[in-house]
Amino acid sequence: MMLDDIKRLLTERFGADVITGEETGGLQPALLIAPERIADVCLELRDNPATYFDFLSCLSGVDYGVTANRFGVVYHLASIPYRTQLTLKISVEHGRDTEDLPSFPTVSNVYRTAEWHEREAYDLVGINFEGNPDLRRILLPDDWEGFPLRKDYKNAEYYKGIKID
Amino acid sequence: MNTALERYHQKIAAAATQDMVLNMGPQHPSTHGVLRLELITDGEIVKEVIPHMGYLHRCFEKHAESLTYQQTIPFTDRMDYLASMNNSHVWVMGVERMLGIDKDIPKRVEYIRVLVCELNRIASHLIAIGTYGIDIGAFTPFLWCFRDREHIMGMLEWASGSRMLYNYIWIGGLFFDLPVGFEERCREFIEYFRPKLAELNELLTDNQIFISRTANVGVLPLDVAINYGCSGPMLRGSGLKWDLRRVDNYSVYPELDFDVPAGTGEMGTKGDCWDRYKVRVDEIEQSVKIIEQCLDRLQKELRRTPDFDPRAKLPRRLAPKAQDYYMRGEGSKGELGFYFITDPTGKSEIPFRVKARGPSFNNLSVLPEISKGIMIADLIAIIGSIDFVLGELDR
Repeated sequence: MMLDDIKRLLTERFGADVITGEETGGLQPALLIAPERIADVCLELRDNPATYFDFLSCLSGVDYGVTANRFGVVYHLASIPYRTQLTLKISVEHGRDTEDLPSFPTVSNVYRTAEWHEREAYDLVGINFEGNPDLRRILLPDDWEGFPLRKDYKNAEYYKGIKID
Repeated sequence: MNTALERYHQKIAAAATQDMVLNMGPQHPSTHGVLRLELITDGEIVKEVIPHMGYLHRCFEKHAESLTYQQTIPFTDRMDYLASMNNSHVWVMGVERMLGIDKDIPKRVEYIRVLVCELNRIASHLIAIGTYGIDIGAFTPFLWCFRDREHIMGMLEWASGSRMLYNYIWIGGLFFDLPVGFEERCREFIEYFRPKLAELNELLTDNQIFISRTANVGVLPLDVAINYGCSGPMLRGSGLKWDLRRVDNYSVYPELDFDVPAGTGEMGTKGDCWDRYKVRVDEIEQSVKIIEQCLDRLQKELRRTPDFDPRAKLPRRLAPKAQDYYMRGEGSKGELGFYFITDPTGKSEIPFRVKARGPSFNNLSVLPEISKGIMIADLIAIIGSIDFVLGELDR
């Protein structure tokens, strides 16, 4: 199933505003999805017999830079029966305050593997996932401050009163 | 305050009044590295497993944002340090495809890459099998596996100069050509190794005690495996022939003849620990087959010539145009992926963002699901059959 067919399928099912754009310049084309619909889109793509994207290969949280002030999540889906791949992207403009995190719906109820991937995105990039059952830090200690993969992250000088060299 | 964190603390506090909270790790030998499993147990029954990782977190992704693509290769070696060649192979292929030079790589270089990758895959699976034996209580297979693995380590050290972390496969080529006599030495090893593999099968695979400890234990149904993103021997153990070497047909794998083994439930249920173990044993045989075919080609039509330079195609400037690309390949543990976002100006040799998708990370995430209500001793068997490497989990 080609990208155009997937686009048609999604617009027929969810309306024209579910796809906000597409990137076809690179080696792998990507669909830009309206952030609030991502879980529905993933569920449809997973269960529709014409697509069967049943395997979430990778979920990456991205900070698009200090000037862009944009945070996003990239989903790499794979279909085992059809041997195809698909990239979905969602993003939102948001401030860089670490108290007020950008927030997206979780897909962990569609792909259980997303639960840990979302924890990692929360831990390192500082993205909140609404509905994730266990959104704790996963790689860093629970009391770590800041989100290291953000572009404006400053290295911590102290951890629990111990100087970090 | 994070509410999920509060929920977790409450769960542990509530469990401590009636059940027992038991910490397995971070220095427990059966957790294969520094992994802490917090178990909520009722007697000997495991009610819940909460994995805690990050003890080996070295900020791979942050490092990659300040190093060039070529400089990051040694960092990828340190992810899955038992199969370093496979990691750098996937990384290098991803960058080559973004640069558009993946079709220009000389055949000899490609065959050497596949040869060393498969040698490394055997070494990695030997560790998985050997340490699995020791988890279950069989000491001898561990010593045998490490003895045979040492031959591979020696050969790869001869080729690259390093025992475990090679930095051998480079973007556009290789660091060195193979040393003179490597192919012959490799054939000697294969001749030596074949009977040893049969011996290992007699000792462990068909061992009644081993079968009783692993068959029907930790059954992972196929739909659960797919939904949890399991890959590699974990997924194939559940009965699906899904191998990215065949699915994506990258490098020279389409020219090579090998099978994809999958679990059949021969000793118990499909997808149990024994099936996952057996898939690894069968994969070693297939890797041996691939290595022999590579050696045939490398000794005949792709023979070494005095003027062959493995670095001839090394690009002078390594700046892919602005794009993003997800490269996946079959590491020894499963689907290893790198997601690159190149510099938006298209001029820098440093990536804007890199995400590494380690197979161990996803394979471990299924552990809490398949270990509810089992005995603690079976948990050890399940952990061993997952075969994760903490260097890759924590990155």
